[in-house]
Amino acid sequence: MGLTLEVDRISKRYNGQAVLRECSFRFGSGRTYALQGPNGVGKSTFFRIAALLEPPDAGEVRYEDNGVALPPDLHLRRRITLLLPRTGVFNTSVFNNVAYGLKIRGRPAPEVERRVNEVLDRVGLGHKRRQNGLDLSSGETKRLGLARALIIDPEVLLLDEPTANLDPENAEIIEQIILNRKTSAESAIIVVTHDLAQARRLGDDLLVMADGRIVPL
Amino acid sequence: MESILNGFIGAGRLILTFNPELLGIILLSVQVSGSALVIAALLGLPLGAALAWGRVPLRGLILSLMNTGMGLPPVVAGLLLYLFLSRSGPLGGLGLLYTPTAMVMVQAILVWPIVVSLSHAAIVRVDPVIRQAAVTLGATPFQAVITVIREAGYGIMAGVMAGLGRAMAEVGAVIIVGGNIAGYTRVMTTTIALETDKGDFELAIALGIILLLISFGINLGLRFCQRAGRVRSGIILWD
Repeated sequence: MGLTLEVDRISKRYNGQAVLRECSFRFGSGRTYALQGPNGVGKSTFFRIAALLEPPDAGEVRYEDNGVALPPDLHLRRRITLLLPRTGVFNTSVFNNVAYGLKIRGRPAPEVERRVNEVLDRVGLGHKRRQNGLDLSSGETKRLGLARALIIDPEVLLLDEPTANLDPENAEIIEQIILNRKTSAESAIIVVTHDLAQARRLGDDLLVMADGRIVPL
Repeated sequence: MESILNGFIGAGRLILTFNPELLGIILLSVQVSGSALVIAALLGLPLGAALAWGRVPLRGLILSLMNTGMGLPPVVAGLLLYLFLSRSGPLGGLGLLYTPTAMVMVQAILVWPIVVSLSHAAIVRVDPVIRQAAVTLGATPFQAVITVIREAGYGIMAGVMAGLGRAMAEVGAVIIVGGNIAGYTRVMTTTIALETDKGDFELAIALGIILLLISFGINLGLRFCQRAGRVRSGIILWD
């Protein structure tokens, strides 16, 4: 059973400018939502609020129908993951980058070893496990970020432009990884993409953010 | 010319025969500077990290003081500590003047601002997205801080090495508070100063060579930290 996310009339202003205006939407588990909208319209702000990284100025974020105040309960926050537009690779091996989420959860070493190798093979980085994560290409870096997010098996997965600035080959690989995740787990996936064709391929529901609100396309 | 040559020959003999006096002085120097470095690091690294997070009252003032402290003339530090530890000073009752402890204290005072400033600079340079990534992957605030500090690890190490370099090369302050007592508070730099004054160059040159080698080693370490901080391929830093 996955986690449901609901935003209820959330608003947010930056530098006196309204970015989100009474934005409401309910995201059910087991579904993938493709969110579109021009740059600067508030998608990343929405993601940061949904990921419980910052509070809205007004309105409420609910998980499992319960309003969440910041700082959130660690157990809840660990069920949600946001893949940032910039991956933020740690200066260590690819293996250790992917293992991070499991290590901070105190998982035993044999389990970490097994699951990291499994995920790395799934994203096509198995042969680079000992390489420093900072030496990867941009496409591989995105896959590394996705692997780090997938390994912790989040119930809500927020992907902020996972294929932005990638060549078609790497974009297709990332897309395939997301599609595989979609069929293999009962999580809610919200993915921001500027590519309408990609949004149709990935999303069960197509959404657009306009005028500070999320509306079905 | 002959006296210089004889000095080097004598110095070589002292080093190659592991002269006990020479070894004693080297050991004391390493103990004093090493202890000062440990104290400065224990006090300096948390402050450097706290200043980097920006949640410290009077942060700007503290940073300015630390940056000023990096250039603090050793004799001034020695004089200040002397005034505190002398019989009429507020800490005179502790009887620490002219002891190795006083030398450790003054070196720690000199090294501490270097560790604070350079560790602060190293942590501030870490891309903010690293901390955000750690949090989005489920790190607690403490785990996120540790992650950022690890990313700054080589920069922090460079700061610590620079501090060690200053401690080992220091002479003015340790003479003031240590008194340069033979077999008790006489370290490499103060011995070099004394032996040169006496015109007895053998021991001074031998210690000079050792000091240069130590300095070279510290610089090699610094260079490694700076290079490694710029990312090395194929190594696993966290195990």
